[in-house]
Amino acid sequence: MNNKNIQLNKEGRLRHFLDIEGIKRQLLVEILDAAESFSSVEAQRVKKVPLLRGKTIVNLFFEPSTRTRNTFELAAKRLSADTLNVNISASATSKGESLLDMLHNLEAMHCDMFVVRHAQSGAAHFIAQHVAPHISVINAGDGSHAHPTQAMLDMFTIRRHKQAFADLKVAIVGDILHSRVARSQIHALTTLGVTEVRVIGPKTLIPDISTALGVHVYHDMWEGLREVDVVIMLRLQKERMTGALLPSEHEYYKLYGLTPEKLAVAKEDAIVMHPGPINRGVEISSEVADGPQSVILEQVSNGIAVRMAVMSILMGQSFSSDGEAGP
Amino acid sequence: MQNTDVEQPLADMATALQHHLSEHQIKSPIMIGIHTGGAWVAKRLHQMMGIEEPLGTLDISFYRDDFTRIGMHPEVKPSKINTTVEDRHVILVDDVLHTGRTIRAALNEIFDYGRPASVILAVLVERSGRELPIEANVVGINMPLADGQHVKLEGPEQLHLVVQEDA
Repeated sequence: MNNKNIQLNKEGRLRHFLDIEGIKRQLLVEILDAAESFSSVEAQRVKKVPLLRGKTIVNLFFEPSTRTRNTFELAAKRLSADTLNVNISASATSKGESLLDMLHNLEAMHCDMFVVRHAQSGAAHFIAQHVAPHISVINAGDGSHAHPTQAMLDMFTIRRHKQAFADLKVAIVGDILHSRVARSQIHALTTLGVTEVRVIGPKTLIPDISTALGVHVYHDMWEGLREVDVVIMLRLQKERMTGALLPSEHEYYKLYGLTPEKLAVAKEDAIVMHPGPINRGVEISSEVADGPQSVILEQVSNGIAVRMAVMSILMGQSFSSDGEAGP
Repeated sequence: MQNTDVEQPLADMATALQHHLSEHQIKSPIMIGIHTGGAWVAKRLHQMMGIEEPLGTLDISFYRDDFTRIGMHPEVKPSKINTTVEDRHVILVDDVLHTGRTIRAALNEIFDYGRPASVILAVLVERSGRELPIEANVVGINMPLADGQHVKLEGPEQLHLVVQEDA
């Protein structure tokens, strides 16, 4: 994780997409603009473009995921790439094969891109450092470190509803400590010029470095939501919690669950987002999740267009990075 | 450098297209312009001909045949075709017909929106250098150019053509 520039090639173009941190605004905007174009593919009768025909994209999911893996797979298929889903628990790693041996085997099968989800922070960086030079790596979530495509689809969703980022007040609510999503969102929001990012949650779930990232910390949700334009709810990650960080789900809902009453202190046209899967009655009430201000399902659709954009930009770069004219 | 006004060629194109449509008994065609120059030309023709259906625009970046050489175009725009192309007569408009590769890509994209009844190609400039068996039905200006010469449409206000030599 030391070498952030591993994401960029000599010309400063994206080669891998591992973390929002260290990527300039112009490149993020380029992803958002390309995603806008890819969203028009949905309107076609044949919902597919031939851009990545003949390329093979491998989904390497070392941690369970439904939505992220499905939308990555759909994005690859709508670009006409071939996809391979490696079921890690059933694969050779359980027979004692090392991760690097597995990667080299996939390279020998002429794969072109790895989409990596791993419980360990830095896993995607590690893989990007060790793959053959023509292969691009996308981080689909590593531990509590980063989830850059999720952050970009959130930015895309915000831009579609709010246009200019500069004047927005955005609140991220919940388990900031364990959230790779929150970390990537904060970097993306700040890079895109949002001046007021707030994080709201109990002291035990907000990391000490929050203020260093330039965000405003609130422990009272009523106060934190006042006049915000965007409310981003996070899932309570019970599987990542060790020790007594929380009183009880019931207590948490009372303090930090998003209810219509709490939402009412935000701006009237505020949108409500959630990366999913949602825990109804734990961090968000059904009334809000299914309500008119919720854009949660839009986020899912947008995820496909954004992932198509990232995949195309990376694959387009991998051909030209060494001045080579394609394979 | 040579600067050419395009008003008269545009008017000629509109007349030729009307003629082509009546000759083939095509009523209510739809018009689609290719980003960026083709869309400017299409906008003018669409107005002049009083076509009712909204103008469509195509960005063929996702259908190009040189993606593996040059990667993603950084300024790709969304394609907007608001009407169904299924069983419709399509007038496809571009600014310059050169190698024919753009038109090949545009035809592929149109067919992913549906099966048109027919496609007519209208271009402001037809120049030499075809690499595919593609020809235009309606041409504004015929411009024989050498290999090192390029013609570019400047716009969107006051459309005009600029011819440049390779440095």
